[in-house]
Amino acid sequence: MTIETWKHKIEQSLVENHGLKHDEFDKIVEGLGREPNLTELGIFSAMWNEHCSYKSSKYWLKKLPTTGKRVIQGPGENAGVIDIDDGDVAVFKMESHNHPSFIEPYQGAATGVGGILRDVFTMGARPVANLNALRFGDTSHPKTRHLLSGVVEGIGGYGNCIGIPTVGGEVNFHPSYNGNILVNAMTVGIAKKDKIFYSAAAGIGNPVVYVGSKTGRDGIHGATMASAEFDDDSEDKKPTVQVGDPFTEKLLLEACLELMKEDAIIAIQDMGAAGLTSSSIEMASKGNVGLDIDLTKVPMRAQNMTAYELMLSESQERMLMVIDPTKESLARNIFRKWDLEFEIIGEVTDTKNLVLRMHDKEEACIPINILVEDAPEYQRDYTIRETSKKIEIIQDEFDQKTIIPDLIKMISHPNLCSRQWIWEQYDHMVMADTIVRPGSDAAVVRVHGTNKGIAISTDCSPVYCKHNSFEGGKHAIVETWRNIIASGALPIAVTDCMNFGNPEKPEIMGEFVECIRGMTESCSYLDYPVISGNVSLYNETNGVGIYPTPAIGGVGLIKDLSKTMTIGLKNEGNIICVIGETSGHLNMSQYLSIIKNKEEGCVPEINLEIEKKNGMFVLDCVEEHLTESVHDIGEGGLLIAMSEMCMAGNLGVQIEVKKEFLHAYLFGEDQGRYLIEVSEKNYEKVITLAKDNSIHIENLGFVGGTDLKIDHLNTVSIAELLEKNSEFFKKYAG
Amino acid sequence: MKSKVIVFPGSNCDRDVAVAIKNLSGVEPQMVWHKETTLDGADLIVVPGGFSYGDYLRCGAIASTSPIINEVIKKANEGVPVIGICNGFQILIETSLLDGALIRNSSLSFICKDVYIKSENQSSIFTKKTKIAKMPIAHNEGNYFASAETLKKIIDNDQIAFKYCNDQGEVNSVSNPNGSINNIAGILNDKKNVLGLMPHPERAAEKALGCDDGKHIFESVLSI
Repeated sequence: MTIETWKHKIEQSLVENHGLKHDEFDKIVEGLGREPNLTELGIFSAMWNEHCSYKSSKYWLKKLPTTGKRVIQGPGENAGVIDIDDGDVAVFKMESHNHPSFIEPYQGAATGVGGILRDVFTMGARPVANLNALRFGDTSHPKTRHLLSGVVEGIGGYGNCIGIPTVGGEVNFHPSYNGNILVNAMTVGIAKKDKIFYSAAAGIGNPVVYVGSKTGRDGIHGATMASAEFDDDSEDKKPTVQVGDPFTEKLLLEACLELMKEDAIIAIQDMGAAGLTSSSIEMASKGNVGLDIDLTKVPMRAQNMTAYELMLSESQERMLMVIDPTKESLARNIFRKWDLEFEIIGEVTDTKNLVLRMHDKEEACIPINILVEDAPEYQRDYTIRETSKKIEIIQDEFDQKTIIPDLIKMISHPNLCSRQWIWEQYDHMVMADTIVRPGSDAAVVRVHGTNKGIAISTDCSPVYCKHNSFEGGKHAIVETWRNIIASGALPIAVTDCMNFGNPEKPEIMGEFVECIRGMTESCSYLDYPVISGNVSLYNETNGVGIYPTPAIGGVGLIKDLSKTMTIGLKNEGNIICVIGETSGHLNMSQYLSIIKNKEEGCVPEINLEIEKKNGMFVLDCVEEHLTESVHDIGEGGLLIAMSEMCMAGNLGVQIEVKKEFLHAYLFGEDQGRYLIEVSEKNYEKVITLAKDNSIHIENLGFVGGTDLKIDHLNTVSIAELLEKNSEFFKKYAG
Repeated sequence: MKSKVIVFPGSNCDRDVAVAIKNLSGVEPQMVWHKETTLDGADLIVVPGGFSYGDYLRCGAIASTSPIINEVIKKANEGVPVIGICNGFQILIETSLLDGALIRNSSLSFICKDVYIKSENQSSIFTKKTKIAKMPIAHNEGNYFASAETLKKIIDNDQIAFKYCNDQGEVNSVSNPNGSINNIAGILNDKKNVLGLMPHPERAAEKALGCDDGKHIFESVLSI
């Protein structure tokens, strides 16, 4: 055994406690030409951790398609920007707050919402919608109930107070999240195309301004914590979780938007992960300039704070700006009106160094390029696991009489039941532009003062991603695409939140690589680029990783809100059609998981050509006013989708299937399918249009009565479905 | 009719109510910052919903000490119609313009959903056009409470503006979303020129948002 000798003066344990590897530290010394002091070590640690540097993922993220006709800003800024016509743009991003939420669910989730909101209004957009993608452990795990309640309350607590509606999201439970929950928050904002703000600092001598809340000692090393695995002592990390103040964020939002109307801001960056460190370095790096900062000017909440603490604090509700010096008093007055701090803490320089001073003493001097361009980037080893193999499912083992009991069991299950208990705790109507509320395929929010809207949906199927990461990655993108189509919108672009385990394990890295490859395939084929995102790795506890979870947030445009679609059935006598072919893919389905307690078989494959054709057909029908309601067929299969339409519209249906293998037809998870409700008068037109476009279409039955009836043999009342569908959360956490 | 909407730093339904009034009346309301001190010329004063000061303390407690509040009280006493919605209702209670208290929902959680309300007092300037109406609530502290004595007073004096009910107008415990005493959703002052209510009529003032029952409250007070 060889013992590696530590050749530096600084203590080895100190470097390790900062999450830096030995070779990374050598690189710092080489770059600086000397050993860093403690403040500088802290800065490197904050910039070079996984969360801020994307060192394991960057190489692969570059493969994602990020451009398109409507893309104004792709990844690399605080949020992505797309053109939604008439000089309007939509600005959006999704971000993870997994590690803090596991340690302290309320504040972790709340500050996750606060952080993503700032990313969006930093760009000059007024946030108009919040969404989320949540993953919890098994409902029987002792921590799940506490985590669920805390996270939901935290998301609501922040969003409700600041007054941005939380319009949608997704929640799933799986044992792979027992030790690492996922809290991904997404915000969409609206801005004017000619009023987008960026983070590149410019103008030598221009003032660097600190605005918002004071800086305290909270959240120091939060980003480093988020870049390491958990163990049994993870509770001890509670002090690294920040505390949110949505009221101050509301003031900051209004003050920033008010100042943005004036031509005063040259660059602006929110202080998120790694606070003042990452915001100042980001601005300097983007602008290819240096910054001189006098830390004694930073508004402080605590006494005697050191340079190290000031640079690494993750106190919330703060922003850094470079402003036009002639507009200083105007800017100061706006922030004074909103009772917020406004302090000039430094200036832009031509040195390309980050220089920090305190009481005339130089506390740090680091060339920006060492921190950013020279940051470590790894092409980690990866191995691609074999995808799960198909299992034979024999029809003889199924009794057609179990259809209704199976259906009830499925719609009562935590993964398929109504999420009403959750979204009723979120103000989803404030701002008075929510056209489609939670509970449909995608949420639809009107662009204020117009008759157009944006449709938004978050989605991912981690079980698919685990057993076939390529198809799972493809599916996550396509699922949001379908949801957006089903609401009558044209899908435009996505944001991604890549949640994975420890990338230093080749198997986990393989999952990441394959998911990216699958996502790339869908995004390219569907002309549906990734314009922003976030990566969260090391989601592991005691060496056990989560299922790969590339959560996707998709955004689409509805030009005329009168064409908005919802899932609820509308009128008796209307006809239900299935778009897309059903072969009865029960492998790796919710049916197998919930009813047979098996997570087995092959993942359903997506044929992108058919997917696109079917989706565009549905959109054409909507465009021609031929549909009354639309729902995509997702997890759980056709009968789950049908039941959801019945429950949402409180209307029954009579469907005729007449298939030998009824379970496979009704619960199979074949891809690329939709249910549409068509009036009798439009039915022929729809059939002709389908034929002309060689679309597979089946007449499933018609709307009517108060029951769901299958082949006149199996019947259940909608009232019973509704009761069973809404039971779980009320009993579990209500 | 000139409407004025008070804006506290944490108001977040100020724009929504201004848009509703503008769409219904054609006249744009004037937004009045809470640090101002005059409401001269107001024909209707709106105290909107939101989280006026973050509501980390008792809801509306800090807002009730804002400079503009003295003027709101003065105008209310002069007979100018004042409507407080959600957080605005909480603020009006804190100013003592309205009786009772608003405490935490009986479910102990924030509730955002559509409810039905019916007008109990059917003759006030706010309620006369509303019978049964559907509109959303969105609050954490909307559980109306009053002492037996106060309750008797507001009942005897016909000060109950709205009660929570079902779609048939039946007032019962199932249709009570937050535990309010006697299903009370909104109350009036003695002179019936001040209304406080928890539901949000401004979020139900156009069909595109799913329902426009809320418009009747604005239409009746603005004589549209």
